[in-house]
Amino acid sequence: MHADTYANGAPNLSVGRLFIYLLLGLVALYYLAPLYVMLSTSVKTLDEIRAGNLLSLPQAPTLAAWSKAWSGACTSVQCEGLAPYFWNSMKMTLPAMLLSTLIGSLNGYVLAHWRFRGADIVFTALMVGCFIPFQVVILPMARLLGAAELANTATGLVIVHTIYGLAFTTLFFRNYYVTVPEELVKAARIDGAGFFTIYRRIIFPLSLPIFMVCFIWQFTQIWNDFLFGVVFGGSDAQPVTVALNNLVNTSTGVVEYNVNMAAAIIAALPTLVIYLIAGKYFVRGLTAGAVKG
Amino acid sequence: MASLSIRNVRKVYPNGAEVLKGVDLDIEDGQFLILVGGSGCGKSTLLNMIAGLETVSDGEIRIGDRCVNHVPPKSRDIAMVFQSYALYPTMTVRENISFGLGIRKVPKEEQKKTVERVADILKISHLLDRKPAMLSGGQRQRVAMGRAIARDPALFLFDEPLSNLDAKLRVDMRAEIKLMHQRLGSTIVYVTHDQIEAMTLGDRIAVMKDGVVQQFGSPQEIYDQPANLFVAGFIGSPSMNFLRGRLASLGRGSAFMLEHEDNTTLLPLPMEANLTAWHGREVILGVRPEHVTDAASARRSEAADGRHPTEVACTVELTEPTGPDTLVFARFNGGRITCRTHPRAAAVPGGRMTLAFDLSKAVLFDPATEQRIA
Repeated sequence: MHADTYANGAPNLSVGRLFIYLLLGLVALYYLAPLYVMLSTSVKTLDEIRAGNLLSLPQAPTLAAWSKAWSGACTSVQCEGLAPYFWNSMKMTLPAMLLSTLIGSLNGYVLAHWRFRGADIVFTALMVGCFIPFQVVILPMARLLGAAELANTATGLVIVHTIYGLAFTTLFFRNYYVTVPEELVKAARIDGAGFFTIYRRIIFPLSLPIFMVCFIWQFTQIWNDFLFGVVFGGSDAQPVTVALNNLVNTSTGVVEYNVNMAAAIIAALPTLVIYLIAGKYFVRGLTAGAVKG
Repeated sequence: MASLSIRNVRKVYPNGAEVLKGVDLDIEDGQFLILVGGSGCGKSTLLNMIAGLETVSDGEIRIGDRCVNHVPPKSRDIAMVFQSYALYPTMTVRENISFGLGIRKVPKEEQKKTVERVADILKISHLLDRKPAMLSGGQRQRVAMGRAIARDPALFLFDEPLSNLDAKLRVDMRAEIKLMHQRLGSTIVYVTHDQIEAMTLGDRIAVMKDGVVQQFGSPQEIYDQPANLFVAGFIGSPSMNFLRGRLASLGRGSAFMLEHEDNTTLLPLPMEANLTAWHGREVILGVRPEHVTDAASARRSEAADGRHPTEVACTVELTEPTGPDTLVFARFNGGRITCRTHPRAAAVPGGRMTLAFDLSKAVLFDPATEQRIA
């Protein structure tokens, strides 16, 4: 791609271009610097942190802080590290991501290809759902979960995130599916396929890019969520974001910067990994509808 | 195989737009029906209603002797070929063709045989394991037809199937569709906006405009006796010439007053209908380009079948050589007409030449109603 862009002109290293590269390099450095500080601090000992320069390389790298952050650091009264909360987050994020994406996909399929009376109103209502701030839904949601006896459970959190995510996933899928020619659905109907057969055999196999987009989007949103986690998570289903906050804010004795840094990276790692795995689909899927033809 | 009968079918959308205003069409088993018209004339809507993809607001559609108004598409025993081919992009050609069979629970062994037979007919056997994206336009078209043939339906529906092909391929595929019709003897409804496709393929043509069937008949009927000005202008290429002018009495019959430059020539009309009511009134004369030709060609055909063209001298405005003929443009009665002449007889633009009007197949229209008078 990049090679093609300039293929028809001679390599042009003029002053202007040099300046652009320099600027881009600086910006990249600016963005990467905090990550570098976090990584290097997390493998330093506390003594080294206190003595040394923030930007200096670690003298004797050690993973002690990582292991403490994972399994020994105190988050409030317990001192089990982030591990249990990390799994809490997984137990909440994966089902909520899968559910909201799958339902969003079916919603999008209906809105794009089985136009019913009032479909536009439903679509507009769902769009509005994208703009509702978290704070607005907290109280009604708390009453609802309480009534359903799902307060402070992982199941409750999964439901909250699924419902909140549906507006986004439906929007993504609907906009992707309107680019699928309606004649495909017509042809399949004449071939004798029904609603779900058409979805399973024709629409679903076309959906990989947009599924990736929704997986990344939902995973990031749900994993990074703090507010719902702290309100609805109780003590048993607390996600890693809440635990990280508790860990960093626990003020007994000295502040262990290396442990804090390691914990922060651990909490952020899954979203990084999912971007690395599926990132190429993200841009492709987001622009799929926009530049068709 | 089945007949198709459309009785007073109407389509009104919830917003009040009336797309079809009472359509009546009947074709017999094995006939090739063409729905032709400009965009927005309702031809595709009618096809979708026959397919069951759109509901019928009023009237009745019968396939064979069964009213299908409330029968879902899959139970109508039809197959459809779409303009965009609508091949399932994630399936191979083989899977595309057998998709409908699989859904209908046709045994695997039989599916395999059908796919091979159809691929053989359409010469796509070597493409069976490819995905649609790897095929050319013409090959996709064949696969789309194969998918329809494999189903062996009572009724084939074609929705502008050749519109996305380049000109040469379109002519080839047109012939293939006609061959397929002859071989399978199937009943076909075919939507197109191309009047040449309509003429070459159809047993019966329905010319549509604004949701109304303007004329329903055989290709030759529609060509020779167009019901109104729209049909006359729509069918035929180059289009029929229309001349506005008055009728006069001439002997026992009537004549059209042809005005050119400062002269008026009386063109005797061979029609048997009594036109006395129109004498002195304005009419529109419709005459096809091949019936206005150079004097030499006219004399040759006159000798052959005893017609008596009227010769008129005029100035040529423009010429368009097509190869076998040269189209000559000249001005009469305040309008420009197209004449099909022998290439060697055509004058250069600005030059004089004698044109021969053969009115044996001419038609007359009422300028107010635009309906044919005679």
